[in-house]
This record gives sequence, C-alpha cells and structure tokens, in this order.
Amino acid sequence: MNKRFDPSIVGFFCNWCTYLAADLAGTSRMKYAPNVRVVRTMCSGRVDPQMILWAFRHGADGVLIGGCHPGDCHYQEGNYKALRRITLLRTMLPQFGIEPERLRLEWISASEGERLRDVVNEFTEQIRRLGPLRTEAAPKAALAA
Amino acid sequence: MAKPKVAFYWCASCGGCEEAVVDLAEGVLKVVEAVDIVFWPVALDFKRSDVQAMPDGAIDVAFINGAIRMSEQEAMAKLLRKKSKLVIAYGACAYQGGIPGLANLTDKETILEYVYHQSPSTTDGTGVRPQTHTTVPEGELELPEFYETVKTLDQVIDVDYYLPGCPPTGKITFQAIEAILAGKLPEKGAVLAGDRALCYECDLNSTKPEKLLVSDLKRVHQVIVDREKCLLAQGILCLGPVTRGGCEAPCVKGGMPCTGCFGPLDLVRDYGGKALSAMASIVDTTDEKVLAKIFEAVPDPAGTFYRYSVPASLLARKRKAA
Amino acid sequence: MADAGKHVYLVERDPTIGGHMAKFDKTFPTLDCAACILTPKMSMVRAHPNITLWTYSEVTHVEGYVGNFKVKVKRKPRYIHEELCTGCLACVDACVYKDARYPDEFNLGLGKRKPIYIPFAQATPLVVLIDPETCIQFKSGKCKKTCVEACAERRAIDFEQREETKEIEVGTIILSTGFQVFDAKRIPNYGYGIYPNVYTALEIERLINASGPTAGEVVLRDGRKPQTVGIIHCVGSRDENTNRWCSRVCCMYSLKLAHLLKEHTGAEVYNFYIDIRTPGKGFEEFYDRLLKEGVHFIRGRVAEVTDWAMTPDEEGKLVIRAEDTLAGFVRRVPVDLVVLSVGLEGHADAEDVRRTFNITCSTEGFFLERHPKLAPVDTFTDGIFLAGCCQGPKDIPDTVAQAGAAAAQCMALIDRGYMEIEPNTAWIEEELCSGCHVCIAMCPYTAIHFDAQKKVAVLNEALCKGCGTCVAACPSGAAQQNLFRDEQLFAEVEGVLV
Repeated sequence: MNKRFDPSIVGFFCNWCTYLAADLAGTSRMKYAPNVRVVRTMCSGRVDPQMILWAFRHGADGVLIGGCHPGDCHYQEGNYKALRRITLLRTMLPQFGIEPERLRLEWISASEGERLRDVVNEFTEQIRRLGPLRTEAAPKAALAA
Repeated sequence: MAKPKVAFYWCASCGGCEEAVVDLAEGVLKVVEAVDIVFWPVALDFKRSDVQAMPDGAIDVAFINGAIRMSEQEAMAKLLRKKSKLVIAYGACAYQGGIPGLANLTDKETILEYVYHQSPSTTDGTGVRPQTHTTVPEGELELPEFYETVKTLDQVIDVDYYLPGCPPTGKITFQAIEAILAGKLPEKGAVLAGDRALCYECDLNSTKPEKLLVSDLKRVHQVIVDREKCLLAQGILCLGPVTRGGCEAPCVKGGMPCTGCFGPLDLVRDYGGKALSAMASIVDTTDEKVLAKIFEAVPDPAGTFYRYSVPASLLARKRKAA
Repeated sequence: MADAGKHVYLVERDPTIGGHMAKFDKTFPTLDCAACILTPKMSMVRAHPNITLWTYSEVTHVEGYVGNFKVKVKRKPRYIHEELCTGCLACVDACVYKDARYPDEFNLGLGKRKPIYIPFAQATPLVVLIDPETCIQFKSGKCKKTCVEACAERRAIDFEQREETKEIEVGTIILSTGFQVFDAKRIPNYGYGIYPNVYTALEIERLINASGPTAGEVVLRDGRKPQTVGIIHCVGSRDENTNRWCSRVCCMYSLKLAHLLKEHTGAEVYNFYIDIRTPGKGFEEFYDRLLKEGVHFIRGRVAEVTDWAMTPDEEGKLVIRAEDTLAGFVRRVPVDLVVLSVGLEGHADAEDVRRTFNITCSTEGFFLERHPKLAPVDTFTDGIFLAGCCQGPKDIPDTVAQAGAAAAQCMALIDRGYMEIEPNTAWIEEELCSGCHVCIAMCPYTAIHFDAQKKVAVLNEALCKGCGTCVAACPSGAAQQNLFRDEQLFAEVEGVLV
C-alpha cells in the first residue's frame, strides 16, 4: 500500500538546447529520474499554453519546459515568448486549484547535461511532494476539431 | 407542409437569450409565421407534462439556452433531447458554460456557505440550506439538486448545433432559423456564426500597427479609450483576435473590449489557454520583473480569459482538494 | 564573384574604398607595403565590368528575402559628377584656399586638406569631393569658384548636386562594414588627447607612411625625433572597464610598429604587454626577431602615462608607470613617444545596420554568425553573409579568407538558383486568418506581413526558419507548423501520458 507516488511529467524541450542537453545526459550515461516524458518542439516559443493545459488534463502531474538561455535562442527570441506565456499561465493556475510549482520553465543549454539531470531530479521530487494532480475531466470538454 | 415545431427552453442563464429572441423585433413575426412554437415557458403557458405527452422526435428544433447547474435543468435537457430532432445550444452558457460557469472556479460548499450564511443580506440566522427533499404536513416537497460543477449543454446531452454569444445577436439567430427552414444546415456540431476571429470584421483592425506589441496592459477603467484606434494596440485586453466573429463587434463599437462571448474558433481546443497565449505574446519585454509587473493588470486571469468558458475548458473546474 | 560573372554592387560609406588597410604602412609579418598590395586590387575593382562601385553611399533599406532582396542605397552628394571627373585635381590646385588648412580625415587629422580634395593619392574612385562644411561657396555662397573655372571644360563640379537614392535588386548580400578603433580617450590615465605625444597606433601608421603627412618622417608634434618609445598593448582590449575581448591584431601590429619605429628612428622601444599572442604563420618568428633586435618587452598592464617627473632624467618626458610582473616591481619608464595599441570594436551604429539588414548583433557590437564553427560567415538571415571585422576582430589574411568564403556561399546560392528550406516551416490558413496581427511581431525573421488587400497575414516560407512561435501565439489556429501541427502535439502529449 505504501507505494511511492511516481509522478507523470511532460517535458517540452526545445530542439537546440534542452533536447540536446537530454541527449548529452544520455550519451554521458547519467542516471536520473525517468518521470519526465519528453515532447520535442523546435523552440520553447512553440509551446502553446493549450498544450500545457492539455497535459494537465490528460494526467500530467507536472510540466517542465526547457529552452535556450536568454540571448542564446536559436530563433533569437522564442524563449522570451515562452517566458511571457508561462509567466502569465502560472498566475492563473491557482484559480484552478493547481499549484504554480507544477509548471516550470528552465533554461538549459546543449552543454548542460548535468544541469538537465539535476533539474529533472529536483522537479520530479518537487512534484512527488506535491502529490498527484487529478483534474476533473469534464465528460466531453473541448472536443478536438 | 406542416410548419416546423419549435421549442425554447432556458437552463442556468440570465434570461438575456430569451430577450434576444424577442429582440428579433418585427423579424419575430416572420418566425412566428413560419414555425409553430410548441414550448416556450418564458413567454407562453406550457407545462412540462405537455412535452412529456409528445411523441419522441415530435419537436423539430429545440433552442436551449443556459448552462446545466441543477438536476432539473439536466432532466429538462434530456427530455427535450428525446422529443426533438435537432437541439441547438443557444448562447454562451449552453455552448461554453457562460457566466454561471465561473462558479466552477469555486465549489458548491463555498457557494452555499456564502449565500445561506455569510452574505450580508442573509439575516434570518437560521442557517437553513435548501434540501432536495423536505417533508411538510401536506406531504413531501422536492427541489432540484444544486450540482458541484456547472456543465455545458453538450456535457449532458448530444447537441447538434451551437449559437454563440451573450446573447446571440438577432442576426445570427435569424440566419440560423432561416438555414433550418431552408434545410441548409452545415455538418453536425458546427457553430453557427463567423468562421474567423472578430478582428476580421472589426472596423478598427485597420488601425493596428504592422507589429502588434504593447509595453503595458491596461484595464478599461484605467484609461480614456481612443475609440478610433484598435483597443488592443492601446494595451486594453480586447479578446477580438481569439474570439469567433459574427457579432459585428458591437462592444468595440461602443468603446468596450471584446470579452469573448462568441467563444473559440474551430481549431482552438481551449479558449482561455489560447487567449492567454496571444495576449502574453504581444507584451513587449524580455525582463522577467517588468513582465510580472505588467501582468498585475490581469488580477483575475481565469475570469478574464475564460469569462464564458470555464466549464468547456480543458481544466473544466477548480481542482477539488484531494 | 565578379570574376565568376556575377554582377556585384559594392557600396562603401567612405569616399574611397580601401578601408583601414589603405592607411597602413607595412603589413605584418612580411613587411609588405600595404599600399603596394592593396591599391592594385582597388583599381581592379574600379575597372571590373561586373562591379558597380558606389562610394560615399549607404544602404538605407533592405526588404525581401534570399534571392529577392530589394535594397535602397543612399548616394551622398560629392558635388562632383563622378562620371565627368578624371581625377586631374586641377580644381584642387585652383581652390581659393592656397594652402590646405582643414584636418584631413584619412590622416586622422595629422595632415591637412582643402575643402575640395581627394582622400589620398590612390583613392578609388579617383574622384574629388567637396566638403560643404568648409567650402566657402556652401558657407556663404560668395566664392569666386575658381575650382569651377579650372573644370570649365568638363564641368564636373555641381554645387546643386542632391542626395540620390538608388534601388537595386540583389540575390545575396555580404556585409563587410569593418570596425572602429577604440577611442583612447576612454582611458584618461593614458593621456591621449592630453599629452600631444601620446598617439594611437593608427596615427603612427600614418606617420611612418612615406605618403603620410610627414612623408615618412617619424617626428613628434613639436618636430623632435623620438629617442625612446613606449608601446602600450591592450588599450581597450582585455579590460573589464572597457572591452573584455582580445582584439587579436594588436600584438602583431605593435610588434610591427616597434620594428618600424626602431628602423626609422633608432629609438629604444619598450613594449608593455599582458601576454604576447602571436599565433600565426611567421608571427612568433617575428617576435623572436624583435627580441634579437633589442626591442624591450615589459610584462605588465600600464597604470598611467604622466608628465610628472620625479627624477631629472624624466624631465620633459612622458613617464609610463607599470608593474613589471616578471621582475616584481613597479617601473617608471620615461619616453618621448607613447603609442597606444588600441583595440577593435564594432561600429557605433552596428545596431542600426543590424536592424536594416535584419541580422543579429552581439552585445559587443559585432554581427553574429549563424554558427561559430560550422557557419562562420552565414547570418541568421538567409542570403546575408559576413566578412571581416564586422563579425569580430581579425587580421587581413583572415578577412580575405572569410570574404572568399562568403563569396563562395553567395555563388553557391546564386548558381543553384533555388533554396532548400527547413521542413518544419509554418503556414497560415488564409480562410481562417482574421488578420489580427498577433503573429507578425512574433517572427524574428520578418517572414510574416499583413496583406491589406486580403486583410490577412501572409507568411513567406522562404524566410521562415520554423520555430513555431507564431503558431503558439495565433489566436485562431490559422497558423500551423509543418511536422509540429497543434493536432500532432496534442496527440503526442496524450501519447506520452498513456
């Protein structure tokens, strides 16, 4: 019965920095929490808040977005656009009873495999402490177009 | 050929949608001429038993407005579904949950506690809450159940078409009726309004700068609105870009920003998420602190971006404590 | 590129091409005469049938995209009809000013010129220009206009000439806007602008140069020949207070100047350096040679240059005070001439240029290459390439090599005639777009614009780099991205959560 809660986390990683950092962590044989399931986007600026809500709706306990460091965006400023959207989204989540700590934006460059490992481990622990997120899925909310 | 039989019904709503039908003005006479109204509790004396007595599918079209907040509304919606060939969710509440749907940002207990105990106007001090069943000497009384969660109409019954708006405008209402009469209806599930966002039909869209960026967000009471210029370009949160058109922008013409009553476009799955994304995107700063400061102008993001659509949103309601 | 049959428009801000190199005396480490190797190239450019040379001109506006750039070039008035002027200079001789009296830009103010002048003898094109700031006709309208008389036959002089804007269509663009030298006045303790005998290295180039203002005589402003010279390295380089980067060429030109100054004057030369960085063919050997020639090297950043004498032998001299970090004490070295080896920095208006061409610029003012290793001459904007110091400090051979690479990149694009674009570009569904403008400002590549006729946003796939930022912002879902459509991402999220 005392099974430890194993959170499901969706990671949106940008193709040029964080995704490569994950790749580096892998090729460097680093061990870290397996809880983050990665969705690759070309840029953190592609991450639409709808996707994040979709993840929460479909069982994610946390969402981690990884982009290039400010000034280093492969697409110049996409990471800043991610910052704008996620900053505002985080102010709204508590109104839906969701702790803003369940949504995190991190800048992790392609060379920061270790940092990726640390962030994933740390975020997984944080979500574990927060416990499972169960949103009440309405029976037929917002059908796909 | 017999005239089509039409029913109107209201669930959790303010009555504005009924007004909208009346607002067809002389147009309503044309409607009345063309159809046979078989059920319209607001205007005509029909009883539930009248509907129950009808054979299934006897009603050609039922226009149902309002969200589903109580058990009676769900029961009536189900009854009308059974008796009708077509069900149209009429107005923002039936379609997306509407203003009553904002109650999903809190819960039943909090609402009842406030209304029957804490509100300043509650003075009887008895603390009595409505019960679904009450026994009195004359027998047992029944009241509908107040649900924990407000639902959209299509979350309780199958809906054929949607007419958005708070309320739907006379024009789209009339167009829908005409389409029904002519038998020219689109694919099931369609929203019977514009195909593009409001900006496309807004007169002020031509005043937008090529690059739409704002250095500050303003609430409408904080500024003197320049009515010749796009409100969003002035930093006023106008949801025109996110909201389905078809209303012809009466709010913007009146100097007020669009608040989104016509709901999302076909390819958007979550109105508020998309609205939030678009509005955050155009805030022109790269500084986190400045950003947080600017967003202070949105003290109620859920209420701003999901004013009419909390029940239809991906999160649907405030998470219940585990 | 012109040799390969491509037509090249060469736009130069100054009245002549040649850049900084035209001002140098010798080049490091071979001590080739700079003018001897440069000016024939300049003449070839002028004569080349495939090159349209526009000097005294600036690009003011660029629109379009790779293969289809529309460029506006502002041609500043020289008040001379370029095609009529033969460069005979009779007008310059005839100017009512008998003597040159205005500081001459080419010689950094060390020489003088008239209001009507050519920048230097081998200026290309060899066409005079009039400086309206100093010309009497422009100032008062009451000049005898002896210059016009002198040019009576060809009538090349035209005081009414106006600025002109040319519009050209080009497929590719190479930016080689160069650098500006560090302003030595920003380090006041080195005394530049305070003590007349503190010079910048570029000024010394002109003093040593046989065609310079002193005809190659290295004399101080008071006419004396220096007997001791101090060269201070890293002025405005490797310095937290000014510019942090190494300017890469100063060690070499300092060594060269040390050699030339010793050769011209027989003076004792002291170099004050932080490190000597000589990584190049023949570079270290040149340094060795100088050590044998008896040039002095003192390792230590100079604290100050002062005329405050503490001992009799410091009287009338400039004293360089520096900690000798090898010997471990503070030295005071009295010298006659101080040379500041000023660093290289991006042009003050690099940000404007960046915006005009829609490329990126680092905070240091150098344009950003697409990839530091794999695409060092590309920019983030397709079809625009970089060469030379506008991308970062570099020496002449590196610049030439980079320019060749940029030319090759351009030709590869031109000769192929088509472009391969990213597979993950975005597109806009015209029938769904409301023309709300939200996406337009999202795009860092100006790939989206508003079509006023159709009242919708239109995306140019050739410019799109496929980041998808516009898609995330698009409030109607009209913008979508190949390989990353909303629907695909929603499905993927659902998939990873199973």
